[in-house]
Order: sequence, then structure tokens, then C-alpha cells
Amino acid sequence: MPSIVKPRVAHPSLKRNDVGLTVRDYEGQMSTLCAGCGHDSITAGITRALWELSIPPHMIAKMSGIGCSSKTPTYFVNGAHGFNSAHGRMPAIATGANAANKELTYVGVSGDGDSLSIGLGHLCHAIRRNLKMLYVIENNGVYGLTKGQFSASADVGTKSKKGEVNLMAPIDPVMLALSIGATFVARSFSGDKEQLVPILKAALSHRGLALVDVISPCVTFNDHEGSTRSYIYTRQHLHEATESNFVPPAREIVAEIARQGGTNVTMHDGSVIHFSRVPDNYDVSDRKAAMDYIREHPAEVVTGILYADESVPEMHEMNKTPSTALAHLPYEKLCPGSAILDKLQASYR
Amino acid sequence: MQPSETGNPDYFHKVVDCQWACPAHTNVPEYIRLIAQGKYAESYMLNRASNVFPSVLGRTCDRPCEPACRRGRLESDKPVAICRLKRVASDLRGDVSDMLPKIPTKKNGKRIALVGAGPASLTVANDLMPLGYQVTIYERYGKPGGLMRTNIPSFRLPEKVLMDEINMILDMGVEIRYDSPVESMSGLLGEGYDAIFVGSGAPRGKNLDLPGRNDTDRIHIGIDWLGSVAFEHIDKIGEKVLIIGVGNTAMDCCRTSLRLGGKDIKVMARRPRAFFKASPWELEDAEEEGVEIVINHAPKRFVIEDGKLVGMEFDRLEWDEKAEKSKVLETIIIPCDDVILAIGQDNAFPWIEKDLGIEFDKWGLAKVDQRTFMCTRPGVFFGGDSAWGPKNIIWAVEHGHQAAISIHNHCQSVPVTDRPAHGMNLLSMKMGISEWSYHNDFNPAHRQKMHHVDLVQRFKDLNIEVELGFDLEQTAREAQRCLNCDIETVFSAPKCIECDACIDICPVSCLTMEKDGPEEELRKHLTVPAINLDQALFASKPLPQTGRLMLKDEDLCVHCGLCAERCPTAAWDMQQFQIFISHAGDPVTTQCAAA
Ligand SMILES: Cc1cc2nc3c(=O)[nH]c(=O)nc-3n(C[C@H](O)[C@H](O)[C@H](O)COP(=O)(O)OP(=O)(O)OC[C@H]3O[C@@H](n4cnc5c(N)ncnc54)[C@H](O)[C@@H]3O)c2cc1C
Ligand SMILES: Cc1ncc(C[n+]2csc(CCOP(=O)(O)OP(=O)(O)O)c2C)c(N)n1
Ligand code: SF4
Ligand code: SF4
Ligand code: SF4
Ligand code: SF4
Ligand SMILES: [Mg+2]
Repeated sequence: MPSIVKPRVAHPSLKRNDVGLTVRDYEGQMSTLCAGCGHDSITAGITRALWELSIPPHMIAKMSGIGCSSKTPTYFVNGAHGFNSAHGRMPAIATGANAANKELTYVGVSGDGDSLSIGLGHLCHAIRRNLKMLYVIENNGVYGLTKGQFSASADVGTKSKKGEVNLMAPIDPVMLALSIGATFVARSFSGDKEQLVPILKAALSHRGLALVDVISPCVTFNDHEGSTRSYIYTRQHLHEATESNFVPPAREIVAEIARQGGTNVTMHDGSVIHFSRVPDNYDVSDRKAAMDYIREHPAEVVTGILYADESVPEMHEMNKTPSTALAHLPYEKLCPGSAILDKLQASYR
Repeated sequence: MQPSETGNPDYFHKVVDCQWACPAHTNVPEYIRLIAQGKYAESYMLNRASNVFPSVLGRTCDRPCEPACRRGRLESDKPVAICRLKRVASDLRGDVSDMLPKIPTKKNGKRIALVGAGPASLTVANDLMPLGYQVTIYERYGKPGGLMRTNIPSFRLPEKVLMDEINMILDMGVEIRYDSPVESMSGLLGEGYDAIFVGSGAPRGKNLDLPGRNDTDRIHIGIDWLGSVAFEHIDKIGEKVLIIGVGNTAMDCCRTSLRLGGKDIKVMARRPRAFFKASPWELEDAEEEGVEIVINHAPKRFVIEDGKLVGMEFDRLEWDEKAEKSKVLETIIIPCDDVILAIGQDNAFPWIEKDLGIEFDKWGLAKVDQRTFMCTRPGVFFGGDSAWGPKNIIWAVEHGHQAAISIHNHCQSVPVTDRPAHGMNLLSMKMGISEWSYHNDFNPAHRQKMHHVDLVQRFKDLNIEVELGFDLEQTAREAQRCLNCDIETVFSAPKCIECDACIDICPVSCLTMEKDGPEEELRKHLTVPAINLDQALFASKPLPQTGRLMLKDEDLCVHCGLCAERCPTAAWDMQQFQIFISHAGDPVTTQCAAA
């Protein structure tokens, strides 16, 4: 625990966003994670992305499960709603919340343990539903909170702090998501906010579920020699496949980019992901190409927005829910009563 | 950009804005911490080591430290009340006689003459007596203190406070000859002293030669008039008084007038407020007492009727934005009984013969070396207002320290240009994980307001000190406002794993990791671009993993220690910086425990 709460004093030239807030207004409680944990840096990235997008704090819902990573929603946007659910159940709870109130911006934060072991099934179904949310996996290769056991994302051959070697094949959340139809898939690194923040902004503007796998070293249990999730290993094996920036809607530059051509993805809300660099013959809307590319670089940590498809409807669109959020419908409309239910059942007889 | 040279004492010293700005480099943050701990005597003595007159300065200092104080740069915040905290240490110190420097009974055989008993000469005596010198002061008047006694009114600086501190020096065994104006330098040189220090001040008040000037005895030269009040030769003034000029002397003249029977006091300024010379706090105090400050009036003539001063004629001016060009709007007469001229001071050395090898410049000032304070005649030194014209007490003190170093060198046959170097020390404040041996939290309290004697009571006697000093609660609150700028952020590049924790936690966005480049470029690409280019940009050596640099804009760091707390590898540490400012006779101390 830090000795003091981060003082409210701030730099006088901090900018204000469209809703009149500074980035400091998007901070949360003091982190209780280990000093130097990658998760804290991702927290700072999420804070910045939400601020830059000018999403009013009360329109944000922070969802998480259990783990050091899952603790982090406490550390950003104090003014937001939040639900810290049972281990691995974040996608299920997020589905319920989103079903009830689709007007909020859902920010899910999970760990590789939370999402790839106990919560794996929930993750897969949230992807299938194309639930509109940002889904961040803070991937450190271990169960940090329970003192560093290998997680399902640990690479074969990676060594624990005590020296034992992992022999089980890893689940790569990016490959998993691509293979089951995810509509937005990206990977980044906690130590590179210049890349991370624009990716998070794009993900927050995506039509459905945007999965962002962020390599996030656990300084306490997985930052040693022999680890494949340490700061140094990650830096040495980074391979930035695509380079992109995020252009918010209603900026002249959107039209300008459209005129220029090149690889752009126009998001559902009118914003644009502008790719300044993609590998030759790489198409961000070609699922197979993305998977092939990752397979062709097995020894590297491939980062960037790897796949994006804005054409797939999200859960509410698929289910043709009313345009008003269910939470805001009058109760009589939401629950028409037993007489109508009886009538409905009778119609099936 | 080159890595910052943090081994050079100047680097970290500059971060301690107040200490850097103080001419005598008083260790402000440490004395404030001592006050917070109730160690008033220690705090007083720490002050005294640098500024010699903490009780006097705690009431009167021009406080160059306060405009420099980092706290004043924070959003809608004000500097720490550094000066008035100094007074707290002095008010509560108790007896410190045991802690004063010991004076050797065996003298070193060298005799030094000091001209004038103002703060400059007294500082020289203070520094040389402990080294075994025999010091003789020649003072024109019957009492010591210079302008501190004759011009700073007793309602700002009680005589007892002044005498206490002067006596600490005189009691070291200084020989002082009162009522002994030095009338010939040549004669003084003939006395065979090993060195002579001229601390005679800038004793001549400027005159205003306008029509009518010599037709009345009701026009006074400000500094002479204040002197006459101090020596009780004058004890009243007319009801309507005009003060010409708007510097600090004018403020003392107007407030003194109020205490000698003046009722309608106007301070007449040529230019608009933004261009006043007086310190804002002195203006505030005068206005609180009901003095009227009249801007944009240029004096034209004294109006004399029947041999009696009845008023003064002014041009009312309109100025351009920079107050460089003006035009006259009208001419008006303002009635008055007395006029006090407070438009500056000149130096005058009628007593220094021109054939002694002491060269003078075209302004009548001796040619004095800026570092050694020696004039063109070896063995003769100048300091205080006598060196380069009127300044203030703290500068006079610093001149005295420097001159004492030179005099000591001169007497030991060491070249006066050989100055002892400043030493430095860094000491880690880490006590454990998230535990520091200083109070690292930021206190949002506002600057405490000084309480004054009420507006009726204070005029009953010329000698009633107006400021009451801070009470204990105010002291505690004000002391906690200090940001401990001497607890420095010390960085060690090889340890950094570039995790971003420090960057993310810093409340004032000081820190950045960026690819190397020219300093001007880097300053534009900081987490928040640098707005204050006077403050240093710290640059580390290249970081191990990416070769980027760790950059720190020193401007607004609140020394909260969070960067060091959140650093997993202790690449950042909070270390107390101490600079050893050398005085006469100090050995050169260069202990450098930098990381
Ligand atoms: C009205 C007024 C108010 C001020 N208020 C402040 C203030 O609040 N804070 C501040 O910091 N500064 C203030 N100052 C400035 C400050 O007092 C001086 O800068 C400071 O005292 C200079 O010190 P000094 O030792 O050089 O000379 P002085 O203090 O001028 O002392 C010179 C001494 O030399 C003596 N002397 C002169 N000639 C001879 C001679 N030939 N032989 C023997 N003795 C001689 C004089 O009698 C005098 O005692 C004020 C000045 C004035 C005029
Ligand atoms: C139902 C249940 N099973 C097991 C646990 C024990 N547990 C707590 S956190 C955790 C793993 C967390 O790993 P991860 O999601 O990677 O988070 P990290 O701490 O690494 O960020 C486990 C197994 C639990 N809290 N609840
Ligand atoms: S145990 Fe690991 S994951 Fe958990 S807070 Fe510490 S460094 Fe982060
Ligand atoms: S905050 Fe304290 S240490 Fe810093 S400049 Fe002000 S008085 Fe000096
Ligand atoms: S001590 Fe560190 S965290 Fe605190 S303000 Fe200074 S640089 Fe920032
Ligand atoms: S917290 Fe420490 S290790 Fe991390 S970037 Fe800052 S200095 Fe480097
Ligand atoms: Mg984990």
C-alpha cells in the first residue's frame, strides 16, 4: 500500500475533454497491486482512453472477476458503476448488465486465469453473443493473486520463479477468439501505452465485443529469467504487425482519410481506425489471414489490431430488443403480466 | 540530450527553489521541518549559520525566496510563508548562547577594521571572530545596526529584537567605536590594520530639485527623516502628508507619519501599480492602515504661500501599456503640510581620498570585484549597500560572508580568488516499503494569514509591533505546506525496467520516458509539455531495455515520493540533499554519496 493517497494537486496545464474533465477525474482509488505490476500501467491506459473519448464517468460500467487484474477496476474512474463478480463470471454478469442497460459503456477487465481457466466457457459465449463491450485480458502467464501458479496462457518451456518448467500447451486468447468468431481482436503490451491507448479507444468504439489481450508482466512472480512474460522477454520478442491510430467521429480528418484510401476500418459510430502500416497481403478483415500470420510468427509476441469486422450485429441487434434500454422501459411494458403470458402460452398449445 | 550532472551541487540545489533564490542560501526546508518538530533553537541556529539575523529577517526580509517558492507555482496556491516561519523559530528559540560559535581566547594576531555597524560589517565580524581575528568597528552614530536601526521603523522591527542579535556578535569580543565617523580612508590605512572592510551603506537620500524646494523646511528626505524619528529628534508631522515615490522607503515613511499625527497620507506614484517597486506585502500593510496610494502623478513644483508649504503641483498622466510613454491629462494641486521624498538612495564616499589606489566608476562607486568583494587596492573590501548601491539586509549579509572569506584568505596569504567549493551530501529517506523518514503527504492548506494588532491600538505608540507572529496552530499548518524540495528524486538508470509505474503515479505529471533528442524537442514531448523553461529538465542515462531516457520536468514536483514508492526496483529514491555552503575558515567538504 502506498503511504499516501495520490495528492489531488495536478499540473495546471492538464487538458480538459469534451465533458470538461481532466484525466485526473478518471482516476480511481490507490492501487494495492505490487509496485511495477503491468496491470497498473494498463489501468493508466484505460483511464486515458476513457478520458480521451470523453465518456462521462456515470455512463461507464466496470466489470471484473477475481485476480489481481480483476481488482483493477477499482483503480480507474471512481465515478463509474462497477461489478466485481465471482471468479471467471465477469462475461456472464456483463451480459446481464448489458442486456438490462445497453446505454452504458462496458469495460471488462479480466486475467488469463480468470478468462482462460475457470471462466473460459463464459468468455467463449460472450464472444459468440458479440456483447458490446471492451474485454481486456491482462495476461501475465500466472495466477498472480494466488502467488504465481502457471495459468493456461503460460508457454511451453517457460520457467516458474522456483525453476519448474511448464509442459502444457497454452491457450492463446487471440487465436481462441479468432477461431470462434470474435469480431475485434487485438494484442498489446502494458509497457507501450503509445500503442495500447489508441487500440483501447478503437475497441471501445467497436460494434460488438472487442477482445484486447495485453501482455502485462507480473513483477513479483513472473519477471525472472526463463519467463516468457517478463518485461525484458516481451520487449525482445515484440512484433508490431499492424500500426494504427484511432480517429474519432466528426473530425474533418475522417473524410480526408477516406479520400486517401489505404487500409481503414470505419466503425459503427463513424469513427475510423486508420492503419498506417499493415504487412504485405494482410487484410484486417480476413480472419484466416490473421490466424495464419500469427502462426507464422510463433516465437514472437505479435501485437496491433489484428482483426476487425464491423458488419456483425451485437447482442441487442441480434435479438431485436427495443431501442430504449430495457432498464428504462416502464415496468408494465417490460413485464406485460400473467394474463398476457397465459395467452402466449396458450398460443403454443 | 546529455544526462543531467546530478553530481554537481548546483543541480539539486536549484531544485530547492527557496534556498537557491536566497542570497545566503538558507536551508529553508530543513529549518521548516525543525520548526514542525518543535526544535526551535536548532531551527534558529540553522538559519543563523546562513543569514546571521534570523529574528530581524523573520520580520523584515525582502524574501526573494517566496516568489521563487515552488508552492506558488501550483494551481491557485501561494508560496509558503517562509519568512514568517523564520520568526516563529526566533520567537520560540529560548536561550541559544550555548550554541553560538566559540571565540578563541588566543587571537591569530590579525587586526581588521570595519567601517559602519550595519548588517554587512556585523556579518564580517560574525564570521571572523571565531577564527581568532581582532575586529574593530567604526560607527558614525551612537548605536549599532545601520539602516536596520535608523530606517526600519520599530513597529516592524522592535529595538530589543535587533539588539539581541547584534549583541550575539558584539559579545564575541568585537571592539566597537561609536560616534566615530571615519573621515579619512588614508588615516584608517595608516592604523596598520591587516584588512579593511567598508560597510558604510548608501547613506544619501535622493533629492527632488523642483521649484520651491528650498523655500520651506517642511520637505524631508525620507531616509534622513526616518533616522531622525528613530533617534527621537522628530516626533510629529503635519496632518496632510505627501510621500513622493512608491518603494519600500515610501511605505515606511507613510506608516511612520500615521503614528506621528498624520491623518491624510497620500503616497504619490508616477506610474501604474504594476510598476511599483514596493513589495506587495508592504503595500498591503500600508493600505490596511488607511494610506491612500495615488497613481499616475508626476511632481511639478512645491506650492509655497507666504513662505509656507501648502501643497504640491502634479501632472496627471496617462501611460501606454508598458508605462514607457505618457501624456499629461491635467495639472492639479494637492494640498499638504509636509512632503517626504522617498525616491532612492545614492552612495557617497567623501571620506575616501582619490589617490589611494581605490578606483571609482563614473557613478561614484568603487570598482569592486563581484566574487571577492575586493576593490582595486588589495586588502580593502566593500560589501552591503556600499558595494553596488542599495539592496537589502540579506544581500548585505551574503556580501559580508563572501568578504570574510576573502579577508581570511588575504590574511593567510591565500589568493582571494581561491574560493572554497560547495560540498553536497545525499541521504536516502527510505525507512521501509512505503515508509519515509519525512512527511511526504501533500497538505492542501492555504497560506496562513498573519494577524495584526488592531487598527486603533497599534497607533497608540510608535513602537508597537504590528505583526503578532503565527500562533502554534498556524505554525503547524504553514510548516506542513512546505513541499520538502530538498528531499530529491534521485534516479539510477541501470535499475529501471521501464514498467511505467512512476510515470502513471506522479500527481503532477512530471515524468516521461522518451527517445533521446535535443532538449528543446524533448521539452515539447513530455507527459505535459514544459511551461516553465527556467526549471531544469532532468535526463537520465539511456535506459537498459529500450535505450529511452527517463525525463523529469523539475518544475512542479511536489516531492511526494510516490514515484519511488511505486518503483519495483528502487530506481527512484527519495534522498535528502544537503549543500555545504562554505564560510570563512570552513574546510572544503565534498562528501558525495550520490547513487
Ligand atoms: C526605509 C528603509 C527601509 C528598509 N527596509 C528594509 C527591509 O524591510 N528589509 C530589508 O531587507 N532591507 C530593508 N532596507 C534596506 C536595508 O536596510 C539595507 O540594504 C541594509 O541595511 C544595508 O546594510 P549595510 O550594512 O550595507 O549598510 P547600512 O545598514 O546602511 O549600515 C551602514 C552603517 O555605516 C555607518 N557609516 C556610514 N558611513 C560611515 C563612516 N564614514 N564612518 C563610520 N560609519 C559610517 C552608518 O551610520 C551605518 O550605521 C530598508 C532601507 C530603507 C532605507
Ligand atoms: C472459484 C474460485 N476458484 C479459485 C479461486 C482462487 N483464485 C483467486 S485468483 C485466481 C487466479 C487469478 O489469475 P488471473 O486471472 O490470471 O489474475 P492475476 O492475479 O494473474 O492478474 C484464483 C485461481 C477463487 N478466488 N475462486
Ligand atoms: S502478484 Fe503479480 S499480478 Fe499480482 S499485483 Fe503483484 S505483480 Fe501484479
Ligand atoms: S515548498 Fe518548501 S522547500 Fe519548496 S521552495 Fe517552498 S519553502 Fe522551499
Ligand atoms: S516525488 Fe515523484 S511522484 Fe511525487 S511529484 Fe515528484 S516526481 Fe512526481
Ligand atoms: S517505476 Fe521504476 S522501474 Fe518502473 S519505469 Fe519508473 S523508474 Fe523504471
Ligand atoms: Mg494472470
